[in-house]
Amino acid sequence: MTISLPGLLSQLLLGLVNGSFYAILSLGLAVIFGLLNVINFAHGALFMLGAVLTWMAMNYLGIGYWWMLLLAPLAVGIVGVLIERLLLRWIYKLDHLYGLLLTLGLTLLIEGVFRSVYGVSGLPYDAPDLLADSTDLGFMVLPNYRAWVVVASLLVCLATWFVIEKTRLGAYLRAGTENPRLVEAFGINVPLMITLTYAFGVALAAFAGVLAAPVIQVSPLMGQNLIIVVFAVVVIGGMGSIMGSILTGLGLGVIEGFTKVFYPEASSTVVFVIMVIVLLIRPAGLFGKEK
Amino acid sequence: MKSKLTVLALVLGAAGLASHAAYAQVKIGFVTDMSSLYSDVEGKGGAVAIQMAIDDFGGKALGQPIELLTADHQNKPDIAATKAREWIDTQGVTMVFGGTNSGTALATAKVAQEKKRVYFNNGAGTSALTNEACSPYTVHYAYDTVALAKGTGSAIVDKGGKSWFFLTADYAFGQALQDDTTKVVLAKGGTVVGSVKHPLNASDFSSFLLQAQNSKAQILGMANAGGDTINTIKAAKEFGITKTMKLAGLLVFISDVHSLGLKNTEGLLLTTSWYWDLNDATRKFAARYFEKMKRMPGETQAADYSATMTYLRAVEAAKSTDADKVMAQLKSMKIDDFYAKGQIRPDGRYVHDMYLMQVKAPAESTKPWDYYKVVAKLNGDQVFTTKAESKCSFWK
Repeated sequence: MTISLPGLLSQLLLGLVNGSFYAILSLGLAVIFGLLNVINFAHGALFMLGAVLTWMAMNYLGIGYWWMLLLAPLAVGIVGVLIERLLLRWIYKLDHLYGLLLTLGLTLLIEGVFRSVYGVSGLPYDAPDLLADSTDLGFMVLPNYRAWVVVASLLVCLATWFVIEKTRLGAYLRAGTENPRLVEAFGINVPLMITLTYAFGVALAAFAGVLAAPVIQVSPLMGQNLIIVVFAVVVIGGMGSIMGSILTGLGLGVIEGFTKVFYPEASSTVVFVIMVIVLLIRPAGLFGKEK
Repeated sequence: MKSKLTVLALVLGAAGLASHAAYAQVKIGFVTDMSSLYSDVEGKGGAVAIQMAIDDFGGKALGQPIELLTADHQNKPDIAATKAREWIDTQGVTMVFGGTNSGTALATAKVAQEKKRVYFNNGAGTSALTNEACSPYTVHYAYDTVALAKGTGSAIVDKGGKSWFFLTADYAFGQALQDDTTKVVLAKGGTVVGSVKHPLNASDFSSFLLQAQNSKAQILGMANAGGDTINTIKAAKEFGITKTMKLAGLLVFISDVHSLGLKNTEGLLLTTSWYWDLNDATRKFAARYFEKMKRMPGETQAADYSATMTYLRAVEAAKSTDADKVMAQLKSMKIDDFYAKGQIRPDGRYVHDMYLMQVKAPAESTKPWDYYKVVAKLNGDQVFTTKAESKCSFWK
């Protein structure tokens, strides 16, 4: 099989689109793990919830895409507050495994409810009119919406990185990660900070869900398919590393894209092969710090 | 002493009778995809259809209540096979009813053959079930990849779609569908310029679709099903693939069309064994099913009902649940119901007519679920594997 340069360029671009989803999802996971030490398995379900809410708002209330870009993360953020306050709060002192099991249980519940209501074939959601066209780039036809996905998620990722790494609020967060008791002694409300961090992390997932709604069929299973890969991305990038998860997400999207051309059968496993290699060479991940 | 022995003999005899009676009870074990990408194609709806048939039969066979067990195989052949084995060994299941996913079907059929139990399958496509991997205990009831290839494949080549590129689900079913369609395309003077395999339950098809487009083929043969077909069609439309290539949905279910909407599927040719709006009898079943499920039955679910009825009638006629006796009965009886009309061949293939359908344009659809128009009725004797083509070891 010969692959032309234009062919490679188009695969690179498509890889970036998928990578954008990985980046924004793994970023949320990294933020949550950083402060809460919880492996949030419910991330995929909340991603799906963001997409399904977008569909529901359009079909039942006539609320369009652009509003949902704001409203869906807000709604899922509130769900996040409830989850953290009512459930997660009780298990911080326990082993990581309990958080993983609890959030996995939540995932099964949420997905099960939507599966029994809507089935698995999915619900159609069209791209907003403004982005419905596509642009001929010479080497490929790129739907404008996909370009928007890359731009929007990069903006959100970078904004998140900026807030956490460069602002006073971010400094509190990072300090809270290192030593919560000491930060609390300085008069900062750490429990509130934790709640809001979780809400923010899952709101990112919902944002990705809204972005994904016109790209993949809105279905109760859409999160399940993605989340396992995203976990691998987080592991490769290094647990809790903000920039690490963004870069790894984008990079793995591109690698996966190329695999689809050179050896398509391996495209669903390539990320895990890389994960194994990275763990063998750098157990803390590419960008992670060994504790 | 003698009287004590007599009592003991009586008790033992009664116990023997009881255990024999337990084996005579009809138990159907239905294992299919209940939760993943194929669960709308059959899933819970399939179990509901089977239960409807059991209830319509009177709930009893050979004087005992009929029992239905169900399980989710999660599209994993090992889970399907283990479940079938467990049911046969510990529950005394008399008929294993396999559902969607060819990989699981091949594994389960093998277990049923080894344990000498009747095995029915509707949802799985692979023609190997009654060909290379045929078993004296298998009945392949609804459709198979050969019928799909001969139906949709030849219709498209006849319309001028000579060069093909395949997008294939990377497991038993996708491979079988691609192979069977390739044979049809080549036999009719067409060419296959390339193919790409995608993992089952993939989420992004854009990359594969661009490869297809670069091949410059006229026809994109989608050798996949369910959620994979849905996402392929959606992405093909988005990336403008449909402007240069025509899509050939080799296995399209009504739940796929419902999910995508007519706007995205208009004009698509497909082959199916059954459609709810064919005649009064099909509409009557559809209305009953709709009441329970709030959606129209697809071909698989209608076939599930019909297959259960056929099996129960065979058990009653054979007056036994013994697999050899029931299979002999199944292969000798005539079947004629709202689903189809025909006979089960020695290789286990239920031969009946199929339909070549075209998806209606939005303007042509006058009521909910009014999606297909019949293009042609395909003769069952020609559309399935013929005796001359068959590689089944015991059908010579």
